[in-house]
Amino acid sequence: MGTYLGLLQRRHADTLIQRLRGAGYHVLGPVVQDGTIRYAPVDGFDRLPAGWVEQQAPGHYRLQKRDSPRCFSWTLGPQGLKPLTFAPEEPLWTVERRHGHGLEFHSHFPETKKQAVLGVRACDLAALALQDRHFLGGPHPDERYRRRREGLLLIAVHCHRAAPTCFCASTGDGPRAHHGFDLALSELDEGYLVEAGSEAGHALAAALPLIPPQPGQQARAEREIRHAGEAQERRLPGRDLMTALRARRDAAHWEEIGRRCLACGNCTSVCPTCFCHCHQERPHPTEDRSSHYRQWDSCFTSGHSYIHGIVIREDTALRYRQWLSHKLGEWHAQYGRSGCVGCGRCITWCPVGIDLTHETAALLAAPPDDSEACDA
Amino acid sequence: MRDPYLPHAARVVERRQESPTIFTLRLELKDPAERESYLFHPGQFNMVYLPGAGEVPISIVSDPQDPHLLDHTIRAVGRVTQGLSALRAGDQIGLRGPYGRGWPLSECQGQDIVVLTGGLGCAPVVGAIRYILRRRHHYGRLVILQGVKHADDLIWRGSYQAWAAQPETQVLLAADQAPAGEWPWYTGRVLDLIDQAKFDPHNCTVMMCGPEPMMWAGVAALIERGVATDAIWLSMERNMQCALGHCGHCQYGAEFVCRHGPVFCYHDIRDRLGRRGF
Amino acid sequence: MEPRKLRVAVHKFASCDGCQLAFLNAGEALLALSERVDFVHFAELGPMDPEAEVDVAFIEGSVCTREEGDRLQRIRARSRFLISLGACATAGGLQALRNLADGEAWLNEIYPRREYLDALATATPLSEEVTVDLAIWGCPVNGEQVFQVIAELERGLTPRLPDDPLCLECKRRGAVCTLVTQGRPCLGPVTRGGCGALCPRFGRDCYGCFGPSEHPNTEALGRRFEGLGLIDAAIARRFLFINSAAPAFREAGLRWGGRPACP
Repeated sequence: MGTYLGLLQRRHADTLIQRLRGAGYHVLGPVVQDGTIRYAPVDGFDRLPAGWVEQQAPGHYRLQKRDSPRCFSWTLGPQGLKPLTFAPEEPLWTVERRHGHGLEFHSHFPETKKQAVLGVRACDLAALALQDRHFLGGPHPDERYRRRREGLLLIAVHCHRAAPTCFCASTGDGPRAHHGFDLALSELDEGYLVEAGSEAGHALAAALPLIPPQPGQQARAEREIRHAGEAQERRLPGRDLMTALRARRDAAHWEEIGRRCLACGNCTSVCPTCFCHCHQERPHPTEDRSSHYRQWDSCFTSGHSYIHGIVIREDTALRYRQWLSHKLGEWHAQYGRSGCVGCGRCITWCPVGIDLTHETAALLAAPPDDSEACDA
Repeated sequence: MRDPYLPHAARVVERRQESPTIFTLRLELKDPAERESYLFHPGQFNMVYLPGAGEVPISIVSDPQDPHLLDHTIRAVGRVTQGLSALRAGDQIGLRGPYGRGWPLSECQGQDIVVLTGGLGCAPVVGAIRYILRRRHHYGRLVILQGVKHADDLIWRGSYQAWAAQPETQVLLAADQAPAGEWPWYTGRVLDLIDQAKFDPHNCTVMMCGPEPMMWAGVAALIERGVATDAIWLSMERNMQCALGHCGHCQYGAEFVCRHGPVFCYHDIRDRLGRRGF
Repeated sequence: MEPRKLRVAVHKFASCDGCQLAFLNAGEALLALSERVDFVHFAELGPMDPEAEVDVAFIEGSVCTREEGDRLQRIRARSRFLISLGACATAGGLQALRNLADGEAWLNEIYPRREYLDALATATPLSEEVTVDLAIWGCPVNGEQVFQVIAELERGLTPRLPDDPLCLECKRRGAVCTLVTQGRPCLGPVTRGGCGALCPRFGRDCYGCFGPSEHPNTEALGRRFEGLGLIDAAIARRFLFINSAAPAFREAGLRWGGRPACP
């Protein structure tokens, strides 16, 4: 249970955005756009999706409007925080050939911008913590990621509702946000119970017209959050599946998935923890310079495992195995936990509705491989 | 702040054609300060950048004693390496590195060393051979086994002949196919020569690089001779684009080849080596 | 010494001219480009020398007449690097729909005097007649890709274009999936990117004008279209449209009933 500092009444909710803007933040909040909910610049709560909820199912996403004042009854849009910190595409550097000076290389860094994101979910905060570990935790911290990351102020919203594709309760990442936020909100019809998770969050809360919660409000919020966890239909068969999956590298089920999977990379693109990206060179057509880019890539492409004329994962079964075994297995060895935060986006946004919880259960139902034999 | 993604300008000092498709570029970092601070360990690699085309990971074959001139031996197979092949002395390109973990050269002092390579797999170990020969008395016997498909593919003939003349050093060369009379060495698989190699299987370190099926079979033959799984080291190759452990392409199981490799102890990757899709 | 300028020809076969506009629409960039390369033959731009020896030949359109077949052989013999420019040249284009029907009957139905026409019964992609060094897909092509290819050739590099599915491009550009949110029969998962996700960014499903991606699972996507309520003939028409002569799409179309879209 969180430590609520007070209640922000619905009629005063806009002060939150005003305070953020006053502190120099660009405020992003959820808005209805293109049949879904996305983070976009907002200047008031009237821009937020009051009453909107989404229907999610494998390969299916639709919005519905209900008669409710609540702005955060929807659970997830197609993207979490990933595009804000790990840019879908960005130039890394440019090289120029100057007469008499040879090659000159120039780094390209993003402009640092203070951004506040309103309505971040627990699963996406957990994913952000994992991306932090990947991009910032190694011997070569990623400066481009760091600059975007440091400019972020995060206002979480605990989930009071779960989509049928959610399974954060089973990964331990939701529906309540426990850490990684500056401010966290629990939404009731009458307003928002406010918690702070950082110094910046406390300072922000102190500037809000909070009133003491009324008896029963906290309990009501907690009950709704608990229910959002209990209502989840999907789950993974355990937190650490590395050994179980390593023991099933030759399972026939991989081939079966390979026949259904489109290898289109939607799952990896919407996954808030997937970090793979490729480098791309863009020579200027009419000048003696060239730009070096990076962009989101996917382990479902042939380029991902290409070395001098050979594609190591030549068929879809091998690519799916790479994705799932990495996500639920090898992440434990790399980052000390699973790479899945239970957001279920890979299920919803798969055009053919492949469900990793079902596939994992099917794989684990198969007996372990019987030999250490190699294919060579 | 130094941007780890940013290449440094480097000059092609010399270009040597080693075989019809293999060439060596000798590179020198343009900036004297960068040149002075550059140090590498045999088995590590650089990202070599051709303007307009992109970067490729290439192992450093030159002597670590002289890190000012960096030799890179390259086979022209892809668009970037084909482009690199057209370079001439005086041209400028980009270079960043060194990256990865090299051969365990201090750990294996006092032991016999077996170098088993196939094709251009000889490149990542050449620096190690030179390192060992420079410190000959720190190591036991040195056995160099190198196999090629065709006799014409053998590069560095002169070096092999010179190494064979060194004390306590055995050089065994093999070509799967060789024209009669022009190939003084063995015709057949290099692995057939393991029986002739003189080393103590219980006190040796093996360094391997080459096509994976060859390495897989080589490991089996060495284990058969009594070599322990943790005495065998392999240089692996995967798609390395960032070389910093970020881009994810070179993952080999849980390991990032660019960071935890390219040199791995066989014991640590024995569940993956030779398996499809890793 | 300045390196010799790249000699470039742009040829036209049976097509709508739309792909050549990739050059002409570039405006100032085309002027800057013509400082660096020699357009020795490009009728729409001015220079006319169709028989010239060139480094790079772009060919728009498919082979629909005997004259085009002969001309293609002559161009191939005089070009170091030959590029099929756009859907017609690469995979037949719309006119290749006749390959799956009785093309001769169509000609007789539509034209009063068939004997005035020198049309072959089929429209053929260039690669079925000569070696094509690079295919630039699209109806029309993306001008950025065309310029990128020239930039690489001009630097002595072998150009390469991505063949990953369009979905990746949609996601990178923040386009929301039309299949998942609207139930539209989007071909993005089996179509190569390169267009900049033009249609999905405007809420429209991809109709495959960039041709098949590297690993197109048309079978699974077709089954999904069935689930969306499409009848077999409608699924076949999705695949048999602009790139009906691309093997992966042709096979998929035939598998789902085989009748191409009729004019």
